[in-house]
Amino acid sequence: MVCAAYLAKAGRKVLVLERRHVLGGAAVSEEVFPGFTFSVMSYVVSLFRPHIIRELGLAQHGYEVIPMDCTFTPSLNGDKGLARWSDAALTRREVSVFSKKDAEVYPEFSRAMTQISAFTKQVIDNNAPDITSMHPKELGNMLRLGGAMRDLGPDMMHLNTKLLTMSAVDFLDMWFESERMKAPMSVSGIIGTFQGVRSPGTAYVLLHHYMGELDGAFRSWGFSKGGTGGVSKACARAAESFGAEIRTEAPVSSIRTKNGRAVGVVLENGDELDANIVVSNADPRRTLMGMVGEDQLPEDYVTRLKRYKFRGSSGKVNLALDALPNFKCRPGEGPHLAGDITIAPSIDYLEKAYDEAKYGAYSQKPFIDMVIPSLTDPSVAPPGKHVMSCFVQYAPYHLKEGADKWPEHREAFGDTVIDTLSDYIPNLKDIILHRQVLSPWDIEQKVGLTEGNIFQGELSLEQLLFQRPVPGYADYTTPIKDLWLCGSGTHPGGGIIGSSGELSAKTILAKNAV
Amino acid sequence: MPIGSPFYERTAPLCTSMNWKDWSGYYAVCSFDTIHIPEYFAFRHSAGMIDVTPLFKYRVKGKDASAFLSRVMVKNIDKLAVGRVAYLCWCNDEGKIIDDGTVMHVSENEFFVTSADPSYLWLSRFTRGFDATIEDVTDSIAGLALQGPTSREILKQCVDIDMDNLKFFGICEGKLDNIPVRVSRTGYTGDLGYEIWTENANALKLWDALMTHGKNYNITPAGLDAMDMTRIEAGLILNGADYYNASHMLIAERMSTPYELGLGWTVNLNRSNFNGQSALRRENEEGSMWATVGLDIDWSELEAVCNSYGLPPEVDGHAWRTSIPIYDNNNYNKQVGYATSGTWSPTLKKNIAIATIQKKYDVQGTRVQFEVTVEHTRHLVTAIVGPLQFFNPERKRSNPALNREINQTTLAQSIK
Repeated sequence: MVCAAYLAKAGRKVLVLERRHVLGGAAVSEEVFPGFTFSVMSYVVSLFRPHIIRELGLAQHGYEVIPMDCTFTPSLNGDKGLARWSDAALTRREVSVFSKKDAEVYPEFSRAMTQISAFTKQVIDNNAPDITSMHPKELGNMLRLGGAMRDLGPDMMHLNTKLLTMSAVDFLDMWFESERMKAPMSVSGIIGTFQGVRSPGTAYVLLHHYMGELDGAFRSWGFSKGGTGGVSKACARAAESFGAEIRTEAPVSSIRTKNGRAVGVVLENGDELDANIVVSNADPRRTLMGMVGEDQLPEDYVTRLKRYKFRGSSGKVNLALDALPNFKCRPGEGPHLAGDITIAPSIDYLEKAYDEAKYGAYSQKPFIDMVIPSLTDPSVAPPGKHVMSCFVQYAPYHLKEGADKWPEHREAFGDTVIDTLSDYIPNLKDIILHRQVLSPWDIEQKVGLTEGNIFQGELSLEQLLFQRPVPGYADYTTPIKDLWLCGSGTHPGGGIIGSSGELSAKTILAKNAV
Repeated sequence: MPIGSPFYERTAPLCTSMNWKDWSGYYAVCSFDTIHIPEYFAFRHSAGMIDVTPLFKYRVKGKDASAFLSRVMVKNIDKLAVGRVAYLCWCNDEGKIIDDGTVMHVSENEFFVTSADPSYLWLSRFTRGFDATIEDVTDSIAGLALQGPTSREILKQCVDIDMDNLKFFGICEGKLDNIPVRVSRTGYTGDLGYEIWTENANALKLWDALMTHGKNYNITPAGLDAMDMTRIEAGLILNGADYYNASHMLIAERMSTPYELGLGWTVNLNRSNFNGQSALRRENEEGSMWATVGLDIDWSELEAVCNSYGLPPEVDGHAWRTSIPIYDNNNYNKQVGYATSGTWSPTLKKNIAIATIQKKYDVQGTRVQFEVTVEHTRHLVTAIVGPLQFFNPERKRSNPALNREINQTTLAQSIK
């Protein structure tokens, strides 16, 4: 949608085709149960690039994100759990309960992350550099990045290198001593990947989730008004305001090619549409293998694309609640319920959850990240009722019984999540009115994300930058001329960030491809 | 030393930040929590509730009450129907503004007037010859502003007033959980919202009732810091920040006229005599010296200045009200005006300001240079001149009955 908006803004004639009745893919709001509107899949916003919001005028088209004030990690150890707030002094006091040193090192950690983010922003706001190319423009790109890297200074350069290679836990060990602090922070390193918090490379994913900016404040996360579909809608309205046409319930069955170039699409209803170029927001495998066909592609490319890892590892449980959950460790209502709530009691807990997934089973005690947006935005639930969205990891796409066996395991997986939560929230089972369980298999069926990977391919180091999705094709092109990719399976990756759409459109326009 | 308002018993324990200020002799909460941002978002996404008791309030009665008010105010109050509210200002003989506020026509021959400054003396000066009495009810009437998208739903739970038909700038008397109240659809946030007025003795009962009925609608006690951001987004000027009461100023340069402040629309020139009429008529014919405009301060340029110091762009989450010089876009030495207040707008994702500039620069889209201080050093960044009202949501004026029709029409159109 971002790509469409940029192309339309530049005066190109754009037609957007959406398979479903709602726009937005994984970033949709749906009234799953009467009166209860859920951000069915993607559920919080932070990474969306501020310059895209400005350039497309998204705020004028209904982009509204309400920041969260708290990250709460409940506990079963007889203490009150840990809540981290926007209020720095309050956070220091909370963290001091577990470690006085951690409480005071927190600002130093934030400072380092802010400094590194300044460099990383250069990476995500520009096309991936092609390290093999001697083209002057590419060399310029490399020089610019090199300059930004040099500006970091030697300490930060070293830190940056560590960040690319270390595990999330090892990285956090450089600052923090308390498990209670490290566990909830380390989970940013595994979200959407099939790795554990001790797996090398997860430190980078941690940073990916730390680059968020809301209103000039780094690292803040927020709710989109009316659910994350609001962001998609704002992008759609912006695209339409620039003249783009949008058709829903118009599934594309194949991309038409002629002499090695894309010339249009065929819809499932048989309609054939001509186009000068085709840009696909579906993931790379679905686009190339599903809509073009292996026979049209170079052997080498097919091999690499087959190796490109999806391995969806997470599911969603969406609950409609009759009342607010009452946490055993922090009873009653309060602002600790209004932000992000993370079930991540210790590093070992998280690593054990991964262990089970490695052998094709969903975690018996999973990592759960939940939010109750109705506390902040009453429009998503009837008065006095609430919606609770739970992101659950690990739920491996490849069950040992086979991915297609997920429908048989779905509800048992849901029960596991509810049981896990009930340890912390004794009244939970009494207040559930409805529940929706989505396994990675369901996510694939519903929105077409291959293997249910929320980033259209893992955000692991070997699949980033000039290697995303396939080396030599990190510039949004494909082996088929005039067929482009603009989804999060391209540099720099996903998370309601907008960058792939922006950079693909700007590349298409710069190359005068249309 | 300020005193607590009739709501103090409730607001004091909630104000955990201890962040208060003096508002016209009353303790007023700046922000209940250390961080005021959730209070801002309550105004825009659910409902914020703020104590507005410190406003000066007057009851004007008598069979000449409307004639008297028409004599003092720039607006013709003879035309204000019962149940309607007018936003307006009043001037001295030179057409310089004294204050701005609202006049509410509560019943036949009775008006309720609010103002920012004490106005009893000023109003009393013009009662001669009119059958009109002025009673200062500032310290006997308490007020709460309930502002935000869910404010109507909250009041529907507890008042016997037909809220769906209480129009923008309407006022109605009724009972809120058996408390006699006056509800006006007015406010200082530019959003759907109401102000609820009652006798001091009922204040605590009113607070408790609204908190109870508002619970399921995320009612949030809010302070002045949050309201200041919303009023700037809505382009609502403030006495003491964006202009000053002419009767307190030593030099003419500090005085303003309604036309200069963008309040020309409140002036009804062609009618019987009122304060400042001839001066305002002259200004209307000859044109004004100054204009009050909105500025959209370029974020990319500000970001570039910050980056040149190795800093990320940072905005203070608070609104500001210090005078900032504005320069001509082609001549950086030529000052053409000054900004008087501004804020980062989390809703609009813009860095905005209210500014007074020379009339010839009051053309939408005009580029001017705005002074910013980064790392103790002054820099200029571009700002674009636009209308004062940055934020004006449909819900502010809309009525639910009407809304249903609109929704059905748009639905029908989208199906076609």
